[in-house]
Amino acid sequence: MINLASAGLVAAPESRRWVLRGHAVAMAAAGAAFGSPLPTRAGEVAQAASSIADTARAALWLGPDEVWFITPVEDGAALEGALRTALAAVPHALVDISHRQVGLLLQGTDPAWLLNAVCPLDLSLAAFPVNCCTRTLFNKAEIVLWRTGPAAFRLETGRSFSGYVVGLLAEIAREQAA
Amino acid sequence: MLLIHCPYCGQRPELEFRHGGQAHVARPADPSATSIDEWADYLYLRENPKGLHAERWRHVHGCGRFFNALRDTTTDVFVSTYRCGEPRPDGGSAR
Amino acid sequence: MNHPLLFRTPTGGRVDRSRTLRFTFDGQAYQGYAGDTLASALLAHGVHLMGRSFKYHRPRGLLAAGAEEPNALVAVIRDAARRTPNLRATQVELYDGLIAESQNRWPSLAFDVGAINDFLSPLFPAGFYYKTFMWPRQAWHRVFEPVVRQAAGLGEPPTLPDPDRYAQRYAHCDVLVVGAGPAGLAAALAASAGGGRVVLCDEQPELGGALLDEPASSLGASINGQPASRWLADAVATLSARPNVTLLPRTTCFGYFAHNMLSLNQRLTEHLAAPAPQAPRERLWQVRAREVVLATGAIERPLVFPGNDRPGMLLASAARSLLNRHGVKVGSRVVLVTGCDAAYITALELQAAGVTVVRILDTRPAAAEHVTRAALAAGLMVSANVTVLGTSGRRRVTGLTLARLAATGEVSDRESLACDTVLMSGGYTPTVHLFSQSRGQLRFDAAQQVFVPGVSAEREHSAGACRGTDGLRSTLDEGAAVGAAAAFAAGSRGVLASYTVQALEGSLRGQPGVLPQPGSHPPARAFVDFQNDVTSKDLALAMREGFESVEHIKRYTTNGMATDQGKTSNMNALGFVAKSKAITVPQAGLTTFRMPYTPVTFGSLAGYDRGDLFDPVRPTPSHDWAVAHGVVFEDVGLWKRARYFPRDGEDMHAAVDRECLAVRASVGLFDASTLGKIAVVGPDAATFLNRLYVNNFSTLAVGKCRYGILTREDGFVYDDGVIARLADEHFHVTTTTGGAARVLQMMEDYLQTEWSDLQVWLTSTTEQWAVIAVQGPKAREVLAPLVSGLNLSASELPHMALAHGHLGDIPMLLMRVSFTGELGYEINVPSGHGQRAWEMVWAAGQAYGMTPYGTEAMHVLRAEKGYVIVGQETDGTATPDDAGLSWAIAKSKADFVGKRSLARPTMLATGRKQLVGLRTVDPRLVLEEGAQVAATPNQKVPMRLIGHVTSSYHSAVLGHSIALAMVADGRARIGQTLYVPMPEGEIPVTVTTTVFYDTAGARLHD
Ligand SMILES: [Zn+2]
Repeated sequence: MINLASAGLVAAPESRRWVLRGHAVAMAAAGAAFGSPLPTRAGEVAQAASSIADTARAALWLGPDEVWFITPVEDGAALEGALRTALAAVPHALVDISHRQVGLLLQGTDPAWLLNAVCPLDLSLAAFPVNCCTRTLFNKAEIVLWRTGPAAFRLETGRSFSGYVVGLLAEIAREQAA
Repeated sequence: MLLIHCPYCGQRPELEFRHGGQAHVARPADPSATSIDEWADYLYLRENPKGLHAERWRHVHGCGRFFNALRDTTTDVFVSTYRCGEPRPDGGSAR
Repeated sequence: MNHPLLFRTPTGGRVDRSRTLRFTFDGQAYQGYAGDTLASALLAHGVHLMGRSFKYHRPRGLLAAGAEEPNALVAVIRDAARRTPNLRATQVELYDGLIAESQNRWPSLAFDVGAINDFLSPLFPAGFYYKTFMWPRQAWHRVFEPVVRQAAGLGEPPTLPDPDRYAQRYAHCDVLVVGAGPAGLAAALAASAGGGRVVLCDEQPELGGALLDEPASSLGASINGQPASRWLADAVATLSARPNVTLLPRTTCFGYFAHNMLSLNQRLTEHLAAPAPQAPRERLWQVRAREVVLATGAIERPLVFPGNDRPGMLLASAARSLLNRHGVKVGSRVVLVTGCDAAYITALELQAAGVTVVRILDTRPAAAEHVTRAALAAGLMVSANVTVLGTSGRRRVTGLTLARLAATGEVSDRESLACDTVLMSGGYTPTVHLFSQSRGQLRFDAAQQVFVPGVSAEREHSAGACRGTDGLRSTLDEGAAVGAAAAFAAGSRGVLASYTVQALEGSLRGQPGVLPQPGSHPPARAFVDFQNDVTSKDLALAMREGFESVEHIKRYTTNGMATDQGKTSNMNALGFVAKSKAITVPQAGLTTFRMPYTPVTFGSLAGYDRGDLFDPVRPTPSHDWAVAHGVVFEDVGLWKRARYFPRDGEDMHAAVDRECLAVRASVGLFDASTLGKIAVVGPDAATFLNRLYVNNFSTLAVGKCRYGILTREDGFVYDDGVIARLADEHFHVTTTTGGAARVLQMMEDYLQTEWSDLQVWLTSTTEQWAVIAVQGPKAREVLAPLVSGLNLSASELPHMALAHGHLGDIPMLLMRVSFTGELGYEINVPSGHGQRAWEMVWAAGQAYGMTPYGTEAMHVLRAEKGYVIVGQETDGTATPDDAGLSWAIAKSKADFVGKRSLARPTMLATGRKQLVGLRTVDPRLVLEEGAQVAATPNQKVPMRLIGHVTSSYHSAVLGHSIALAMVADGRARIGQTLYVPMPEGEIPVTVTTTVFYDTAGARLHD
């Protein structure tokens, strides 16, 4: 059995997640509730203070009408309440996907190297800088990738794909050990 | 593996995309008013050119958007990619 | 040690003489040095015979020193599972304890029974395989195939599963340089000096390419005033020190794909005596480069003359490489036959190393003055205007017969020379395999008589010998210029350099390789393609039989095919075809170069996709519980679904009968989490679903569910599922397990491209919800104590109603739906709570004898009720009406996807297959799914068949078998007897309606 921690892989703290889909007017309304304008450029991540001290909420641009909110579970009710209130009069879809996804944090010495074994994107810092995010593929699993630091990524995958993703990461990590 | 310029995300690897067949094939506004031949054309007839071809792609493992592309079927060179609803940029035949 | 190291030079070469390595070849023990290849180590013992040829089993020795080696194919064996066939001995790095075997020989390399093929060679002419195929098929299967496979074939694969691990990797760079010879090194230095990301790969263990063949002595070239080896070491050190450079030795670039994606195979452990058990054996790189520099060098061509394939006959470049890299002399008495000046340098170096160079035979009127002068000054004898009429020797060449060739084509002055080695050089062919794979257009260089890169199709630059560039200085300068240009084109900065070189060099330019022979017919044994045993006579035969195109000649003769891809043979074959047809080489054309450049293991291509990681395995929330309860799983797409739960020795039928009866009598528990789920949200949600589904969703009240059917524009059923209205602007759409992704894709397609004005958005929620189906007459009683915040009574929560509440402390969306015909609920909870919710329901169900059931029982239960499964009853050609679902179509709607097609006359015509039930006369007889249905008995083959069985089971609750079938005009045949023809005899069946159990549907509404 491979020690995943030695490969720099840990489960993300329990989080809540929503997909917001809608036009610019919905994004603007949600930004006010979120605490920062929502990202408008491809792959951008916006962050704002959460209702819990020393934690942040994130809004990830994943498509021209699609933003994901990810926040610590303790901030969930506050964020959802604010969003639903702000969006009440605006056409939109705000759908809870907290349980759809599993979050993994990669923070070893070279997580981009681990990912690039099977992720076809250029993950150099120049091409994929800190606070860049995207949906992409991790071999046969779809993932959302968010670079949280020069050598740190948050990887989100569908719950039933998480065993595959972790197993494959472990297999790749064995190469680093070898 | 092709490199495809998503109009929303930029250059991305082909693995993230799904091909969507010929572009600019609009669904008739009132299908019930079409003749049987017109409807068969809409359902089944597609072009298969050697050279420039307007085709649909979806960035399915990216931003999820459908868009159109003008690709040379002999060289795989993408002359242009453009958003749905925009006209074919070379003014070529759009059924 | 039977073989003393007679042919090792006392000093010199790049081998490490302090490290002796032992190895065996065909069971015989030998030794070599670190830095040897299997080929060089064998040659150091004077062993040239390394293989038998593919078709004629002729004894063959080494021809070349690199990837182009066609003859010396060996298997390297580590253990029973690790047997790698078809390796070129020239590329097998020696390690201590290496075990290698020759191929294509039985019982031994020296005495090969198959060599009788050589004497029977008139039976194996060009097109042998094609002509044989035209014989009776039985003869092929029984006689020819087994014999041909045993006698020919290229090596044996291992019989055990591959125990090794293989890695893969994507990489991106500004400039990928393929080939680390002088051009590639200069290119990499120039391209990386400005900081751009550069990858440099080379198939050899050491970077340097042709520079590794330079002698260390004063005979060798110097670059910028330093010996070439010194410059090489400095260049590699400079590149290694640059963080923006990735150096990949032992890495073959084997494929060049669209948009500058290149595939590289890196061999990680092949050269190690004891690889670490965890270490991957190979790594497949897929490199996306902004710019590519191809510096792949050139391959020397053999000359084609009778008897040109005996052991001891090599390319001059191979002799040079063996001498200067490995300190190995190819023989004692060498004759050089050449049409190329560069080979003169080899002769000079061999002579300086103490090898007797019997004579240089130049097939041209003269070589360049400076090389001729150097040869004469060294005391070498040169004969010009020579052709070779034949050679002698069985397992090693012993002599050669030459003649003077007049301009008229007449030969005279025959003469025989005794020798143990013949070196050949017809000049060099630029290695354009990758350029050609990239769809670049080749150009014929008439002066050099070779194809060189013409118009690039990709962002690609060729440099050095692969572009026909001659001379070390030009090669280095061109490499630097191209490297710098590539860096600039990639958007980074390149730094130009220019080089000074001092060297005695001969041009790489050659002449047509097929030497003229007296008489009108080509001799039988003048080999063009050594690996595929194709002679010039075979090519002539193909042309006589009417094959015009070189592509056809290639396939008919097999010239240039298989693992070799014509590396040494293509140009000679083309030259011969062109000359025979009195056309130019470009008129003759060129065959396509196929990837891979050299063979790639299946393991490398498979990479991580094997074993447990072959595909994602998607577990459901009850997975671990199911395992603990003895489940048998079924793969449904990527999901692992519970199929049945056998108890103490039950087979599947017994378990399924028990599970079905439990659901009918009491209550069953089923994991339905894999159903696709889509949140359709927005002001236009109902409008959108109305346009898409055949049903009307405007009339669906909040808090209610409706069974929806989706057709494609062609009117055929595409998917189905229950759709729930959670709020005015929020629908919870379910799809089939397999249809989840494609239905979402279809929805997005219409929404984005046809109805982009609609204000509605889609989100997949398949994995957000765990779905626990509680089905059976006791379902309400089980759930009642668990739920809060809602009323389960039939009046408050009737069939097809939904309610929000809690299951214990878990928030729940409860839908009263049934796919069993019983009172049933589907509990939707956030999937992270799925396992706990499942266990709560299970615990509560114990008092009622709750039974977990799987997909097999689910199939039976729904079939008893006549519920269709899309993809089982339907096959992409069934309309809703065909499947008995026309009741679902909202007639009032002006349009929905598929409606126009459903009005086509053919969709309304009689004779369409319709879903019906079938009963067998014998209640125990279960029909086979997929069996055909005939209207009348005892028909002769071919029968007129009117339908097929789609589902068929034993129904425990009914005590007889049931079946669903699609039968032409089936609904009009209810009550009739039809016939299911089977090999064991015809089975009469009665046509029934599709509902077998509780036809009134009372149980559903309890
Ligand atoms: Zn995109």
